[in-house]
Amino acid sequence: MSQVELINISKSYDKQKDVLDGINLTIEEGEFFVLVGPSGSGKSTLLRMIAGLEDITGGFLKIGGHTVNHLPPKDRNLSMVFQNYALYPHLTVEQNILFGLKARKVDKQEQQKRLKDAAEMLGLTDLLKRKPRELSGGQRQRVALGRSVVSHAPLCLMDEPLSNLDAKLRANMRVEIRRLQKRLGLTMIYVTHDQVEAMTMGDRIMVLNDGKIQQVGKPITLYNEPENLFVATFIGSPKMNLADAAFSEDGRFLIIENNIKIAVDSALFTNIPRNRKLKIGIRAEHLFPGMTKKENIHNVEVVNVEQLGNETMIAFEVGSELWTAKWTGQWNIQYSQRIPIQILPEYLLFFDAESGKLIQSAQEGKRQEVVSV
Amino acid sequence: MTLSLGKKITFYILLIISALLLAGPMLMAIVMSFMTNQDILSGSLPTALTFDNYIAAFEKFPLMKFLLNSFIVSTVIMLGQLILASLAAYAFVFMEFKGRDLLFFIFIGTMMVPFEASVIPNFHIIRDLNWIDTYPGLTVPFFATAFGTFLLRQNFKQIPKELREASLIEGIGDFKFFLTVVLPVAKSSLITLGAYGFLTSWNMYLWPLLATTNDSVRTVQIGLKQLQTQEQLNDWGMIMAGAVTVIIPTLILLFLGQKRLQKGLTEGAIK
Repeated sequence: MSQVELINISKSYDKQKDVLDGINLTIEEGEFFVLVGPSGSGKSTLLRMIAGLEDITGGFLKIGGHTVNHLPPKDRNLSMVFQNYALYPHLTVEQNILFGLKARKVDKQEQQKRLKDAAEMLGLTDLLKRKPRELSGGQRQRVALGRSVVSHAPLCLMDEPLSNLDAKLRANMRVEIRRLQKRLGLTMIYVTHDQVEAMTMGDRIMVLNDGKIQQVGKPITLYNEPENLFVATFIGSPKMNLADAAFSEDGRFLIIENNIKIAVDSALFTNIPRNRKLKIGIRAEHLFPGMTKKENIHNVEVVNVEQLGNETMIAFEVGSELWTAKWTGQWNIQYSQRIPIQILPEYLLFFDAESGKLIQSAQEGKRQEVVSV
Repeated sequence: MTLSLGKKITFYILLIISALLLAGPMLMAIVMSFMTNQDILSGSLPTALTFDNYIAAFEKFPLMKFLLNSFIVSTVIMLGQLILASLAAYAFVFMEFKGRDLLFFIFIGTMMVPFEASVIPNFHIIRDLNWIDTYPGLTVPFFATAFGTFLLRQNFKQIPKELREASLIEGIGDFKFFLTVVLPVAKSSLITLGAYGFLTSWNMYLWPLLATTNDSVRTVQIGLKQLQTQEQLNDWGMIMAGAVTVIIPTLILLFLGQKRLQKGLTEGAIK
């Protein structure tokens, strides 16, 4: 059963340009759904519209099958966690968690039971008598989570809940939130600008840019088959390497940035129009070291090396573009050294240079996905 | 910063002189209130300390009555200001309506109109309401305060909007949010405004003089003036005793207030 349904939702302020436009989306029950996009893309606005904190300019919003466009937030049966936690500073942790239940006149015993469960689940039992200012960032975050846990609302909205935490704590909380959601069977709508968070947490992701849906899908689909250039560069770290490309006049070579020639393999390239401007993309981990190999080797000059211990990032220029290769293991490479790199055509993604739309995704990437599943 | 000895001495002398200039009249009043009339009029140093002046002030005049009136009037004005200003400030911060900011600026604009300019219309109104010589006549004209609304609005604005949004989702109405979240969080500025309102009304002179015709509701500041003019030869000792009595509540409030004002209550709401 679908929990949340957005039908042609749009939003504009003061009849100006649309902040959000033509949003159609269905979120299933028990799903962890992530809205991701750069700042100003409208993702928070969309979440606040679902919560009822912003008016909906056009379209219909359905929660649990009912149109809720004009229902106040409290009647939408949802809970929300805010970026700055929104804890009441003058109340203790316990009072903060129970604040909403008291307002809804939930039975006293039931309140205590839910409080106990939530506190145990989140490790807050020893902190119940403290004030928010006596808590660390992570603990405050957990109190905010506790508030939505005790509400027993089936739908939980989160607006960048981890962006105020340091990197280590964030990784921890990612796991915790995910486990909580699965354990309670919540439907979660989670807003973030961090694509790593989106990839690691979401059952499905929606990428939003400029108020328009770019792509909706499973994290791995977005990674392997980005529908357009925006998604290709937004999802994945380091970002996908892109370059202009065109076929040579005799059609025997694909020329990348007037620089790299790749022999055309007719089996791989059949669906690709010859007469259009193209953009090709290739993931950093698909630019292999070319020392022991023969075919499709290109020598490039290294402009930067990042040693991460388990892998090495090598940056080099291809025409006007800066590309990054990710090699596993440790490589002793110096700045300005020339190294051989293997660019295999089966790892290339093809985009239409004008519309930015995907023409063909990497053949090899897909095959691996099938194997791994 | 370290100062040379010469500079230090100069600074301290200047500071002591200005301190004496500021506190001098008050010190003189306190000393005079304990002196006999003979000592005061002969201009000598006190030869004996006595409480006679205080006893006289309370016996010859209804000073207790005046003090009580002042206390009632100041308290009522303080409460009225707190209630109206906090409600208005809440609306200006948490409610969204067309022309809200314009309305607020007009509201603030009234601060530029001095009270004296509105004395006559105010007087007409309370006269027509038959409020001369009544507590409402003394208090109601001061309930609405642009300054108080401004002060509280600035303070309420520091309350994160997310608190209101979180409470909206939990189904808490405006009034409940106002009572259970906004007021406790803004406690310190409410106390500030309360103390300010109380002291201002305690020291009011012109309006109580206009709005009263007899001693029944007259406040202590007018009473003090009466001490002075009743007799041909002023009994300065008694007047000073009255004046000292009048500043005591002010001082108490100041000492009590100072401690409470220092308490910061808003920290910890957000990271």
